[in-house]
Amino acid sequence: MQGKHWISALALTAGLTIGGAAFAQTTVRIAWYSDGNEGEVVSDLLKRFEAQNRDIKVVLDQVPYKAITENLPVQLASGQGPDIARVVDLGGIARYALDMRPYLKDAAYWEKNFGPFLPWMRPEGDSSAITGFMTQLTVTGPFVNKTLFEQAGIAMPGAKATWEDWGKAAKDVAAKVQAPFPLAMDRSGHRFFSVAVSEGAKVLDDKGEPAVIDDGFKRAARRVYDWHQSGVMKKELWGSVSGTAYRGANDEFKNAQVVLYHSGSWQIAQFDKTVGDAFDWVAVPSPCGVGNCSGMPGGAGLVAIKTTKSPEAVAKVMDYLASEPVLSEFYARSLFVPGHLGIAAKGLDYKDAGPQAKAALKVFSDQVAELSPVAYKLQGYVNNRVIFNAVISRLGQAISGEGTLDEAYKRIESDIAQQIAERKK
Amino acid sequence: MASVETKPQPEGAGVAGLLAAPLALLMRLVDGPMRALQRLIGERRMAYVFILPNLAFFSLFVFLPLVINVVFSVTGGAGLFPSERPFVGAQQYGYLFDCGSFLEPSSCREDHFWRGVSNTARFTVFQVTAMVLFSLLTAIVLNMKIRARGFFRAVYFFPVLLSPVVVALTWKWILQRDGLLNAAITSIGGERILFLVDPSWAMFWIVFVSVWAHMGFYTLILLAGLQAIPADLYEAAEMDATPRWRVFWRITLPLLWPNMIVVIVLALIKGVQTFDEVFVLTGGGPGTATLMIVHYIYETAFANQVQNFGLAAAASVVLGIVLFALTLAQLAASHRKGAA
Repeated sequence: MQGKHWISALALTAGLTIGGAAFAQTTVRIAWYSDGNEGEVVSDLLKRFEAQNRDIKVVLDQVPYKAITENLPVQLASGQGPDIARVVDLGGIARYALDMRPYLKDAAYWEKNFGPFLPWMRPEGDSSAITGFMTQLTVTGPFVNKTLFEQAGIAMPGAKATWEDWGKAAKDVAAKVQAPFPLAMDRSGHRFFSVAVSEGAKVLDDKGEPAVIDDGFKRAARRVYDWHQSGVMKKELWGSVSGTAYRGANDEFKNAQVVLYHSGSWQIAQFDKTVGDAFDWVAVPSPCGVGNCSGMPGGAGLVAIKTTKSPEAVAKVMDYLASEPVLSEFYARSLFVPGHLGIAAKGLDYKDAGPQAKAALKVFSDQVAELSPVAYKLQGYVNNRVIFNAVISRLGQAISGEGTLDEAYKRIESDIAQQIAERKK
Repeated sequence: MASVETKPQPEGAGVAGLLAAPLALLMRLVDGPMRALQRLIGERRMAYVFILPNLAFFSLFVFLPLVINVVFSVTGGAGLFPSERPFVGAQQYGYLFDCGSFLEPSSCREDHFWRGVSNTARFTVFQVTAMVLFSLLTAIVLNMKIRARGFFRAVYFFPVLLSPVVVALTWKWILQRDGLLNAAITSIGGERILFLVDPSWAMFWIVFVSVWAHMGFYTLILLAGLQAIPADLYEAAEMDATPRWRVFWRITLPLLWPNMIVVIVLALIKGVQTFDEVFVLTGGGPGTATLMIVHYIYETAFANQVQNFGLAAAASVVLGIVLFALTLAQLAASHRKGAA
């Protein structure tokens, strides 16, 4: 009799264990920052994924941008990071990235559709790993308050207009309509280099090492510096803070205080939502310098992290998010330029976008073809943020009156050399 | 060691009794082992047992990070763990002190560090002077028999309760291009002033905001000092028809001096450590006009792509030495006063 009890208890325990195992979930944690509504969109998509894959629970940690640029690297270095992260410093994070090839359903699909962007997310010296995909491809470029031009009775410069043309036109418009900011540019090295590359800057030498200060760079630096002296640009952005701090003028643009705002395609969704029909705004092709008319490519990548304890589950989530129908919906609802070649070739129907946003998305998508190889090379350079940060810090000092441009050039070179040497120790 | 006895509870002590019951139970539980321990190690050594929890906490969260910081300051590279970082000796300190002239930050290898030192020194001198003067003045006024004295005491203390980030954001809103202050200036026909873009104005406003935010705390210390001065001294001075300025110099200030030392030294230490309000209000700008040492340490360690923990740790050690010297000065001043 007692033996029967033991058998029943054993069977019950085994049943509970097997049942429990059937409902056991692997948790995949994603660190995600948002510029616009993309956090809501991906959250919707992940709920669908969880409904189809009951064995995987996805936790989406929505964090500020600063947490991604400053806290995440420390977390990853300590081995305490998330399983997947949405990052902008692709080169800096690459050494913590997981090569997902052994776990992906179809690695060839990834090669085919994300090919040009995969090297941006690979560790130095690696030429084959697949670590993630671009949640958005961004292109820098100017937004123009068309209403201010109309009110001033001044014609907007044409498609191949130069930076000089736009600077002059913006200043004339601002003077006529009493706008406080004729031309505003984000305090960001990435934005500065769209001017510098179009002015002919090469940035890297033949060996791929930094050779930042050349004639093209100096032309761009001189232009930005002179714009501040002549009032085309105001010191509130570049001259008001120190070091590597980012400052944007999106709030000023939304309040119709800026004639031309040099930023990038990621601003479209918020301008579409917040400006509404308060004034007419347009995106215009990247202005030309003496070298070309290139902007800077960039964007945010969703990268798998190698410290994950569940690489199979991570790859499953990534496969799902990178699949064409899911990614098409993500790009379309977030109003992002696609970083998937197949989707880009077919074109996207941005159903939720207003007419101004749709027109802006077309301008930025067309700009992809105009991007200079130098711009791509710089974007893929692993230490590009070292260069960007040195430039905004030192150029910012010169603009605010602390030293000359020549002194800034010397400091930029030494800052870059020191930081790269520190990394190599 | 006294034993814990259970006393009969008076009627009506229901809630208090309920709250005290678990504590009494706990005391009864530890009573036996503590007695045994005391028998084992002796009554005198029991003092160490009682300070042990606090000492362990202090060691883990203060002393250990301090040691780790010193270790980091003699290592290089971008690795996070000490085992991943090569030993470089005093190299990071060498970088910090590699200067043509210490009075000219641009001649230094780490020019931002020395700009931080210079700005912090200027900020501290202006801020401490203003803080002591205004706190003293406010304390004297709040010690008088004025109408609504309790209300004004609360008003002056209120900013102390606010988070530094809230303080800085509020003042940023007031001081920016289209802020409240410029609205007031332009409404009376004045020219708009870019307070946070002009280096001199930026320094003035960070001092002003810091004094506004923290003055209440120091006023409270001085007010306590003023209230401790015996009233009969003032009565005697009044009977002698002593002028009010002489009463202040001969009675108030000397008797308030111990509190003044506390205020000066605390304000000095807080001034050297300043970061959050300035970081939010001016971001260290314009240029590097309000860049402070702690801001430099933060930028070096976290904001750059290559996070230079070694250099940041070396700068932290230098800052720590300065703060230690200030603390010693406070102790020496207090002892001198005590001896006198």
